[in-house]
Amino acid sequence: MPDAVLYPGSARAGSTPTFFWRNLALQSFVWLASLLIIGVFLWLLGDILWRGASRVDWEFLISVPKSAGRSGGIAPIIVSTVLILVVAIAVAFPLGLATAALLSEYARQGGAKVRGVGLSLDVLAGVPSIVFGLFGNAFFCVWMGLGFSILSGGLTLACMILPIVIRTAESGLRMVPDEWRLGAAALGVSRSTTIVRILIPAAAPALVAGLMLGIGRAMAETAALIFTSGYVDRMPRSVFDSGRAISVHIYDLTMNVAGGDPNAYGSALVLIALLIVINSAALWLANRALDRKPSRS
Amino acid sequence: MNTPFVGDLVPDSKTGEAFTLGPLVTGPPCCEPVPKIRVESLSLSYGQNEVLRNISLDIYGGCITALIGPSGCGKTSLLSSINRLTDLVPGCQVQGRILREGGDIHAPGVDVHALRRDVGMIFQRPNPFPLSIRRNLALPLREHGLRNAREIDDRIERSLKDVGLWDEISDRLDAPAQALSGGQQQRLCIARALVLEPSVLLMDEPCSALDPISSAVVEDLVESLRGRYTVVIVTHNLAQARRIANYAAFFWVKDRAGTLVEFDHCKRLFESPRDERTAAYVSGARG
Repeated sequence: MPDAVLYPGSARAGSTPTFFWRNLALQSFVWLASLLIIGVFLWLLGDILWRGASRVDWEFLISVPKSAGRSGGIAPIIVSTVLILVVAIAVAFPLGLATAALLSEYARQGGAKVRGVGLSLDVLAGVPSIVFGLFGNAFFCVWMGLGFSILSGGLTLACMILPIVIRTAESGLRMVPDEWRLGAAALGVSRSTTIVRILIPAAAPALVAGLMLGIGRAMAETAALIFTSGYVDRMPRSVFDSGRAISVHIYDLTMNVAGGDPNAYGSALVLIALLIVINSAALWLANRALDRKPSRS
Repeated sequence: MNTPFVGDLVPDSKTGEAFTLGPLVTGPPCCEPVPKIRVESLSLSYGQNEVLRNISLDIYGGCITALIGPSGCGKTSLLSSINRLTDLVPGCQVQGRILREGGDIHAPGVDVHALRRDVGMIFQRPNPFPLSIRRNLALPLREHGLRNAREIDDRIERSLKDVGLWDEISDRLDAPAQALSGGQQQRLCIARALVLEPSVLLMDEPCSALDPISSAVVEDLVESLRGRYTVVIVTHNLAQARRIANYAAFFWVKDRAGTLVEFDHCKRLFESPRDERTAAYVSGARG
């Protein structure tokens, strides 16, 4: 019995019934839980594929919705979604990177600034998205006078994903070994050059991961967009037009439009496909960044 | 302390042929003790923790000065106070003066970047940046205002030849620096310091993370720098200190703070130490 030699615990477990049953119960629970999760995921994906696949074709992607979305396609919705996403990322990524650099490189660790910013980030990350929607409506739509527009929606989403982007970028920067900071300082290289030329490239995989999480959250967002980028399902002419995001479209079709379910499934399939494409692209980018550093060898 | 002791101070010329900048041992002959850096009653502490107490020491131009002593006696702290890398450590306080070219490097208005450009540093673990070999060397040059691409290439080539890496890697300058072997990485780091044309090099156990053969190569390289550069080297390898250093300073922990016990010509410190702690340490009886 080599097992008994290697793991004296297992020999005892085999010998006393209580241990045996306890072990078996725990193992079955662990397996069941994982199977359950995989099952739910497959069910969801299968359901959407099953009901959505027949709807999605080239025509669906390039035509405009008809009869409140019951028939026709989702071309303007895809365009609005991408525009909202571009606005959100274009604002959140540089801001997030700058804040992360402040937190990890400039501020004194454990100082008031780091703790203050950290606390606000954690609170922000926990705020429900509907609250972001109300805030976005009051601040961007009304106070700044942007109205219901793709710009308002994108800016609101930017506020919402900032905490994720900052936290992942910060931890990525912190994981860069100190020896490069010291090495650069010893060469008289300024801190800004060190951050831009050495630390950010070294932390690129973490930055991309943060970006991916942010995109995932932004794409799936409904509540924050209803109040900010609006409902209009026409093709937007600029970011100042109102535009309907894909998740809002799904919500509207299932909740407000009788007979909208088939197209809702089609849109859900497109949403999932978009997420997979964006995530794979980001992963590919991250891997390329890693390949430039063969430190893994 | 300043009495000439010519015997061991004649520069070694055996490593002359591998390098390109003409005769390597130029500048002031190192048997003339001209102080390049004067450390005057330096005390250093991290918060409440006193690491160095009242160190006074002259570092002679063109010579190799070895700092020896047991771990935790502040040798590395002394080294990194010479280029003010201690500024980066939160809570680090430095008292006393370090005079270089007549001025205190801690005086207000001293340009730290210029100081670090002239006082290069090599770390224990090779730390090439995660960039290509060429960009590792170009980055500090660009940072200090060199824009001319040809001049940058020239200086890269010269410094790589100086460390004996040119023949090994000249065909793959755009390869990642971290693909090099440990010894090559350390020589690249030395080249990266040399490319800025410093006058002083601080070395913190540059061979201790390397295998014996790479270690010997780096040691020969350090020895070849004598005369052109003022080298301060921390080493735990007493045989190495004895082989390459002109001067040696022995540190010991006293009342939980590092103190300088003895500073002398290397040969004399090893062969006829005046302090019994030095004698015990260099003979291997203690420490």
